[in-house]
Amino acid sequence: MGIRFVLMVNKQGQTRLAQYYEYLTLEERRALEGEIVRKCLARNEQQCSFVEHRTYKIVYRRYASLFFLVGVDNEEVSRAHTFTIMCPNELAILEFIHLLVETMDRHFGNVCELDIMFHLEKAHFMLEEMVMNGCIVETSKANILAPIQLMDKAS
Amino acid sequence: MNPFSSGTRLRDMIRAIRACKTAAEERAVVRKECASIRAAVSDNDNDYRHRNLAKLMFIHMLGYPTHFGQMECLKLIAAPGFPEKRIGYLGLMLLLDERQEVLMLVTNSLKQDLNHTNQYIVGLALCALGNICSAEMARDLAPEVERLLQFRDPNVRKKAALCSIRIVKKVPDLVENFVNPVASLLKEKHHGVLLTAMQLCADLCILSEEALEYFKKRCTEGLVKVLKDAVNSPYAPEYDISGIADPFLQIRLLRLLRILGHGDADASDCMNDVLAQVATKTESNKNAGNAILYECVETILSIEDSGGLRVLAINILGRFLSNRDNNIRYVALNMLMKAISVDGQAVQRHRATILECVKDSDASIRKRALELVYLLVNESNVKPLTKELIDYLEVSDQDFKGDLTARICSIVEKLSPDKLWYIDQMLKVLCEAGNYVKDEVWHALIVVITNASNLHGYTVRSLYRAIQTSVDQEAVVRVAVWCIGEYGDLLMNNTGMLDLEEPITVTESDAVDVIELAIKRHTSDLTTRAMCLIALLKLSSRFPSSSQRIKDIVTQSKGSLLLELQQRSIEFDSIIEKHQNLRAALVERMPVLDEATYSGRRSGSVPAAVSTSQGNALHLPNGVAKMADAPLLDLLDLSVDEPAAPNSSGGNFLQDLLGADISSSSSQSVSGKIQAQKSGTDVLLDLLSTGSAPAQNGSSTPDIFSISQDNKTSISALDSLSSPMVPPVQASPITGGSPMDLLDGFGPNPPVPKDNGPAHPPIVAFESSSLKIIFNFSKEPESPQTTLIEANFTNKSSEVYTDFIFQAAVPKFLQLHLEPASGNTLPSSSSGSITQKLRVTNNQHGKKSIMMRIRISYKLNGKDMLEEGQISNIPRDL
Repeated sequence: MGIRFVLMVNKQGQTRLAQYYEYLTLEERRALEGEIVRKCLARNEQQCSFVEHRTYKIVYRRYASLFFLVGVDNEEVSRAHTFTIMCPNELAILEFIHLLVETMDRHFGNVCELDIMFHLEKAHFMLEEMVMNGCIVETSKANILAPIQLMDKAS
Repeated sequence: MNPFSSGTRLRDMIRAIRACKTAAEERAVVRKECASIRAAVSDNDNDYRHRNLAKLMFIHMLGYPTHFGQMECLKLIAAPGFPEKRIGYLGLMLLLDERQEVLMLVTNSLKQDLNHTNQYIVGLALCALGNICSAEMARDLAPEVERLLQFRDPNVRKKAALCSIRIVKKVPDLVENFVNPVASLLKEKHHGVLLTAMQLCADLCILSEEALEYFKKRCTEGLVKVLKDAVNSPYAPEYDISGIADPFLQIRLLRLLRILGHGDADASDCMNDVLAQVATKTESNKNAGNAILYECVETILSIEDSGGLRVLAINILGRFLSNRDNNIRYVALNMLMKAISVDGQAVQRHRATILECVKDSDASIRKRALELVYLLVNESNVKPLTKELIDYLEVSDQDFKGDLTARICSIVEKLSPDKLWYIDQMLKVLCEAGNYVKDEVWHALIVVITNASNLHGYTVRSLYRAIQTSVDQEAVVRVAVWCIGEYGDLLMNNTGMLDLEEPITVTESDAVDVIELAIKRHTSDLTTRAMCLIALLKLSSRFPSSSQRIKDIVTQSKGSLLLELQQRSIEFDSIIEKHQNLRAALVERMPVLDEATYSGRRSGSVPAAVSTSQGNALHLPNGVAKMADAPLLDLLDLSVDEPAAPNSSGGNFLQDLLGADISSSSSQSVSGKIQAQKSGTDVLLDLLSTGSAPAQNGSSTPDIFSISQDNKTSISALDSLSSPMVPPVQASPITGGSPMDLLDGFGPNPPVPKDNGPAHPPIVAFESSSLKIIFNFSKEPESPQTTLIEANFTNKSSEVYTDFIFQAAVPKFLQLHLEPASGNTLPSSSSGSITQKLRVTNNQHGKKSIMMRIRISYKLNGKDMLEEGQISNIPRDL
């Protein structure tokens, strides 16, 4: 689905989790995160969840004090037979964010900012089970959480 | 090693960072942590490696450099245990990228882990490989990944499928190896495997035509069936999202079908039924359902035509568009853009709704809607749509005005049915959002205005009204100032009234007020003020009675800190005060600007060089915008450059002035030189060619000013030009009594010197009671023997001469070449003239002077007339 990054940002605009599926230098990341956060956090509840920024289309959703932002391609592949294949389905990405939050909820039990901060690696493991190289791997919460729960039991 | 032992310290660090009040404190904490991690790295500390890497990940997320931790990742990956490997691979994916050399070192570990007996370790390695692998790694490890596509555990197969996507993207020749395994994966039941296999399949289709053909034939039916099952499946809790069975899978299926059905009637036919089923059966009250519908619509629009389905799709979009949820409206607008190319008519039906979306409070929706409206505008609806957009411009957000203005201007320029409408709409836009209008837009407007000669009066009056209300919009002010300068006289007398227009009463002083206001506004920038000065100069000639007031206003800029304004002000002041008689010619109306050339230049197709020789007229407006440093040059150049208007060539006259002036005010030796060596032109050219364009077209007016730019004595030069004293015109035996009072002689004695005139004043070659001939001379510097003569015939009688023919004969030492005359009808009472060029080569140059016999024949009231004469008063040095 051409996901290019997943960000979790709190109300103050501090990054709580960042996973990029393309290489950006530290400076580029910092600049990008700053711009996106300024743009998205300024919007109100009634406005739609999509923001176009540079070559990205950002789909975001707010859960309590935490913003989940997913950047997808805003450009289309222009080969004759691939008519709009890369064009993202914004609604599906929105659904994906919800799935991510539900999965974290199931694991942490009502996930909050601190859970993600103090269990950053676990949050990453979950994301890793869901997205790989910008594509969605798995949409079943049980399948996503199985390896993580196995690990927790083992230790 | 106990993973919990590391957890406490990680927690401490995070707490310490959270407790930081300022960025400086945070940096201090991070620096301290990094120092201790570095120390641990160099001690090769095994116990805390795991914990240190976790810390580094956190530090990296905060945006600090963590490159020193990269080798730690490799060590952890090489460790035997799963927990170490897991954090090692995670660190690898976060901290490294495929550009780094370190990556080469990990290939071997990856290979081992891909062959590991523990499926979770295999999964880790696949995931890492899928996220970061480089082309070399892809080649090395492709066989392992291919094998894993058939692994017993579906969780490994799905990861192997996604890993394959990266591999084939890095190394496209590997595509064929994956085609068969994917075909079998597409038959699986496991959702994860299906989902990933379809993504791989889609990527293979993009990369290879053969793969696409293969999948079209072999898999379309199977996928259609999978989709059918998904749509009709009973409740499956694990994949259910708000009552819909695995929307992600359905979306993926629709997406792949889109690729397979595009451009293939058979495949499209095969999926028609199921698409209709998805489009009708999917619940649209939840986001997940809408996501599927959205995808389905796109698939229907992309595959081969099936009328019924398309109607269904467009209807769904219509429903989306009227949805209250902004997200749904946004995607509807998005999709309607694509639908335009498929069924423009159907999209046009939603025009009103789309137009409403342009006015939405949400910036994302507005942007989409505006782009869509832009695509929807055509000849038939341009008027109402533009009206709506312009009306909205009034109330729109500041940050949206830029986009909106650009679109409106583009629509108006592209589709305006007539010039009146164009000018009207542009004026409205300028009034509302003049500060957002790009320079080329108002330049284009001026081009259009100059071309619409019947609308000059209307335009200048409208602008006069507009500037009263929208004085804060820079672009309005500029265009208005320009037009009032050009067409100020039309403002007074209501010339060219249109039916729809209300007459207004404007006095000269009102018009000057407007410009005065503009030049004095503190927000006006250099360009605007420079334009104001030029407009004032022009008005001083158009409104003689306000001349003194205009002079006062111009004088006020003498103290400007901006050199350009100061200089122009001084120059213009001097022109207004001392050069009454040439001012009118100087500030004539601009010639009509060529629309085609301008639009060509705008699109960049005409090389800039063209403008130098042919016409600075192309510089818009008055050249101010393009050459802000020399607006006057262009202005003067333009007014002089007016084609085929020998009577109005004030510039030529000025050139004479300058020649005379230089010879009189500079040392005698210079003037002697001019006379003696006939190199006067060269000297002059040197003197003149200090600035701007080369004086190719013989008008040196700009050069006067370019001299003045370099030479601060220009003012005195101008002053001396205007001094009543007749400059001595040396040694030119003038007959015919043409008083070469260079300034005051302008009126009665239409001077038509051309080219390098200054060295050789014109003479009256022949004069009778009915006819006068004036010769203007010029020399080609490289051949002193050749003289170019431009003969100028004027009719002193009160009757028109027709069939006018001029003939000449010369002695043997001369060669004469006569060029065609400019006409054969000579208007009466000196109201017009005929010019004809003669090229004379003097073989005894310097010894004998040019002489000739002439014969002029013409018809007067149908009667043949003949006049003969001899010309022997041509200066010897020619």
